[in-house]
Amino acid sequence: MAKIKGAIVIDREHCKGCELCVTACPTDVIRMEKTVNGKGYHFAYMENPDACTGCANCAVVCPDGVITVYRKKIEEL
Amino acid sequence: MENQSVSTDEIVREENLVYKKTSLMTSKALSYCPGCGHGVVHRIIAEVIDEMGIQADTIGVAPVGCSVLAYEFLDIDMQQAAHGRAPAVATGIKRCWPDKFVFTYQGDGDLAAIGTAETIHACNRGENITIIFINNGIYGMTGGQMAPTTLPGMRSSTTPYGRDIALMGNPLKITEVVATLPGTYFVARHSVHTPLNARKTKKAMRMAFENQKLKKGLSFIEIVSNCNSGWKMTPTQANKWMEDNMFPYYPMGDIKVNGEMVKKKEEPKA
Ligand SMILES: Cc1ncc(C[n+]2csc(CCOP(=O)(O)OP(=O)(O)O)c2C)c(N)n1
Ligand code: SF4
Ligand code: SF4
Ligand code: SF4
Ligand SMILES: [Mg+2]
Repeated sequence: MAKIKGAIVIDREHCKGCELCVTACPTDVIRMEKTVNGKGYHFAYMENPDACTGCANCAVVCPDGVITVYRKKIEEL
Repeated sequence: MENQSVSTDEIVREENLVYKKTSLMTSKALSYCPGCGHGVVHRIIAEVIDEMGIQADTIGVAPVGCSVLAYEFLDIDMQQAAHGRAPAVATGIKRCWPDKFVFTYQGDGDLAAIGTAETIHACNRGENITIIFINNGIYGMTGGQMAPTTLPGMRSSTTPYGRDIALMGNPLKITEVVATLPGTYFVARHSVHTPLNARKTKKAMRMAFENQKLKKGLSFIEIVSNCNSGWKMTPTQANKWMEDNMFPYYPMGDIKVNGEMVKKKEEPKA
């Protein structure tokens, strides 16, 4: 059976830590890092990468456009 | 091994790309506060221009307000206008180049306070331009003063006890006002705070730009947006507050389509 798997890449240095992507993700993939970037913002990262479906909801609401989304069809036995 | 998870590295490859920031956004970091809706609206405009392939044929007019630097972020030709005058400047540009796609980008202080005359008359003349109106109910840039759009009872730096309607008048639904003018062809109100709302905004934005080809009048899109700094909330709280308080007063959806007012749902007969 084929399964869809996604992944996101966050431009950490341009993330402003607004957390809107966390709220927008339907599968609870994203959390905020405890450390901060060069601007002093806690930045977003994939805490549960296996749950990402590549739906791009997070990227659509990110005000700073720092999320890039990938999606791949995985063939399973 | 059964159910072996696929590593992120295997997914993050060019051929699997589904979404990335359009190249019509410059690489400059946006000057907006964390979580501010201005950034999402900028990107939607850039995506629509990109998808229509009209980068070289589009001219934007930036306002005075937080988005005064919009020309730094959108990689298209832009002119910055004096406070409230964007629709007049856009009129001049469109009349010189009627085949260019011309839009204004304005806040509620810019469009509905100091620029009311320019807004009303550009709409009434039916200029073939697009007006994009960011209503966050406040003067964000200058420190959160009351705007014409500030809600009844809403706190701002100049209404610390909440807007008193008896003293300060009623919030202005300027979008409903311009919809009554014969010069407007498409009028709608949207938001960008959820993925669904942002996608609806993009559809409306596309229509607003496509309409310019028809030369039938002005397209006007209000985006009800947050100003978490001015409202003194986190971005998440601000979006919730906006849904609970702004949306009942400024309801989402089409107001006028193809020059015809959209019929309201039937009121139950007495
Ligand atoms: C002629 C003139 N009057 C007043 C100002 C001060 N001023 C700058 S921005 C602004 C209001 C901005 O509010 P809005 O248009 O709602 O934009 P926002 O920052 O909320 O996006 C005002 C009154 C000015 N720059 N020029
Ligand atoms: S792409 Fe969809 S599933 Fe993946 S992190 Fe973003 S919102 Fe969540
Ligand atoms: S929405 Fe964008 S800027 Fe905000 S926390 Fe997520 S990645 Fe960072
Ligand atoms: S002051 Fe308000 S409108 Fe201006 S950038 Fe900050 S959040 Fe956005
Ligand atoms: Mg404003």
